Amino acid sequence: MSVLVYVENWDGHFKKASFELVSYAAQLAEMTGTEPVALSIGRVEESELRKLGRHGIGQVIRVEDERLAHLDTRAYTRVISEVADVVKASAVVLAHNVTGKALAPRLSVRLKAGLVTAVTGLPKSINPFTVVKKSFSGKAFALAEIRTEKQILTLAQNSFKLVEKEIQVVITGFDPASTGAVSTHVREVFRQTGKILLTDADIVVSGGRGMKSPDNWGPLEELASLLGAATACSRPVSDEGWRPHEEHTGQTGKIIAPTLYIAVGISGAIQHLAGVSSSKFIVAINPDRDAPIFEAADYGIVGDAQKVLPALIEAVKEAKGA
Amino acid sequence: MKILVCLGHVPDTTTKIRFTDQGTRFDQSGVQWVINPWDEFALTRAVELRESGQLPVETISVVTVGSAEAEPTIRKALAIGADSGFRINLEPMEPYQVAVQISELIKREPFDLIICGIESCDYNGNSVGGMLAELLDYPSLSAVSGINPVDGALVFSRDIDGGKEMVSQDLPVVAVVQKGIAKEPRIPAMRGIMMARTKPLTVIQPSETAEYVKMISFELPASKPPCKKVDPDHVRELVRLLQEEAKVL
Repeated sequence: MSVLVYVENWDGHFKKASFELVSYAAQLAEMTGTEPVALSIGRVEESELRKLGRHGIGQVIRVEDERLAHLDTRAYTRVISEVADVVKASAVVLAHNVTGKALAPRLSVRLKAGLVTAVTGLPKSINPFTVVKKSFSGKAFALAEIRTEKQILTLAQNSFKLVEKEIQVVITGFDPASTGAVSTHVREVFRQTGKILLTDADIVVSGGRGMKSPDNWGPLEELASLLGAATACSRPVSDEGWRPHEEHTGQTGKIIAPTLYIAVGISGAIQHLAGVSSSKFIVAINPDRDAPIFEAADYGIVGDAQKVLPALIEAVKEAKGA
Repeated sequence: MKILVCLGHVPDTTTKIRFTDQGTRFDQSGVQWVINPWDEFALTRAVELRESGQLPVETISVVTVGSAEAEPTIRKALAIGADSGFRINLEPMEPYQVAVQISELIKREPFDLIICGIESCDYNGNSVGGMLAELLDYPSLSAVSGINPVDGALVFSRDIDGGKEMVSQDLPVVAVVQKGIAKEPRIPAMRGIMMARTKPLTVIQPSETAEYVKMISFELPASKPPCKKVDPDHVRELVRLLQEEAKVL
């Protein structure tokens, strides 16, 4: 028996989130008395695959199939299921990101395994199998019980810490028989370059209507670049076209969980908080001392963005210089 | 082309979440139920595609799994521009059960394009679309933020980590759509509301399904300690707190 973890790569590389995911799988395998096995699809150098061994994964299965160069959810599901059968997986673990969210429901049906998405930690019990997940758009947590023999889980972002546990890695190539014809044909790819991705960022600086005009974003961007942070915005700001809709965080936009979220001129409507409340620390800068954002914030400054931001930039520069 | 839009019936996004019966049940008292906002965007886009005249849309249907209380949701969808509605008479408990019910409808009555919203606002399963596609052995596209007619066929744009892909897709397909698919959800016009009354709404009895996952109990996040306010004239103090107390800088 095993726990199979699908580890996605980005141009042949893993991210910090990938290592958190494999740490989780290794711990889950330990809890259930099974072997953790990682599956990698695509071209990844052996040296990169070996990094998975630092977090307790001893067995890596590598699939290189030209037909899987782009995400075709049906073909990927067939391949992951085939590997799950080969390694006798009792659980399959994926990241709760774009790819994981696309594949996990399909795997649930194909493997006849109950799915719980956005789990926040290891199971509370193994028999019955119960685990905590985010629900109601992050406004609550639910304890879910999986009633099938096998389980599919997606791990919520930034919810599990890296576990360092160095072990020897055995890499095995695997040639899937089930890939089949691909039906999703990619015509064009647009990549955001030279910017920190909002969903990857440890620190996010976000602006709301309190910024008053799209012309006032300079200091916010300067602060973000000083902190190595991504920029975000509230819904009214993206609706007004002040910022691109990719930056919109909130219940109907991106849901993020950075270590530090700095909300500038954002009042903190319930829909906005749903998208950011999983942040570890929230800083609010707003002239209205009764704004709901201060209820969600750990630290706050009651003041106008135009005055506070330049002072904050100076203070950060000083602190970084020291 | 025949389009099916799957509608979820969910608490309004501004709902204050509470639980009853020792945290085992979602407290529905005073809750305003609405069409899952992503599903409403999906329906709006389906109607826009037909109006664009750039590809022949034969019918737009909507389906929801729910009790009679979900019927206003279907009527609203018919008023927005769907031609017919199906209600599968079952209180939805989990995505797998919902997907099985809808897959059985599609097996009897095939569609070319099936659209689901990315995430329901209640249990956040965001799973019905993918499960449905696998049950039917159809391809599926996720995180779709655009469906556009190009030379008589559909081109989908989907989000990938840090970018977008434009894809051509063999039909039939299940598209799971998100923000960006339509600008604003359409508001039904008076004429639409009148017409909706006479459009067909078929009630289907559910079949038995296995229970894969059960929600045992719910909990609200622990309340945060009060916000520490820093004087706007001493911004340095905020940086110090972030460095020394929170240890995040």
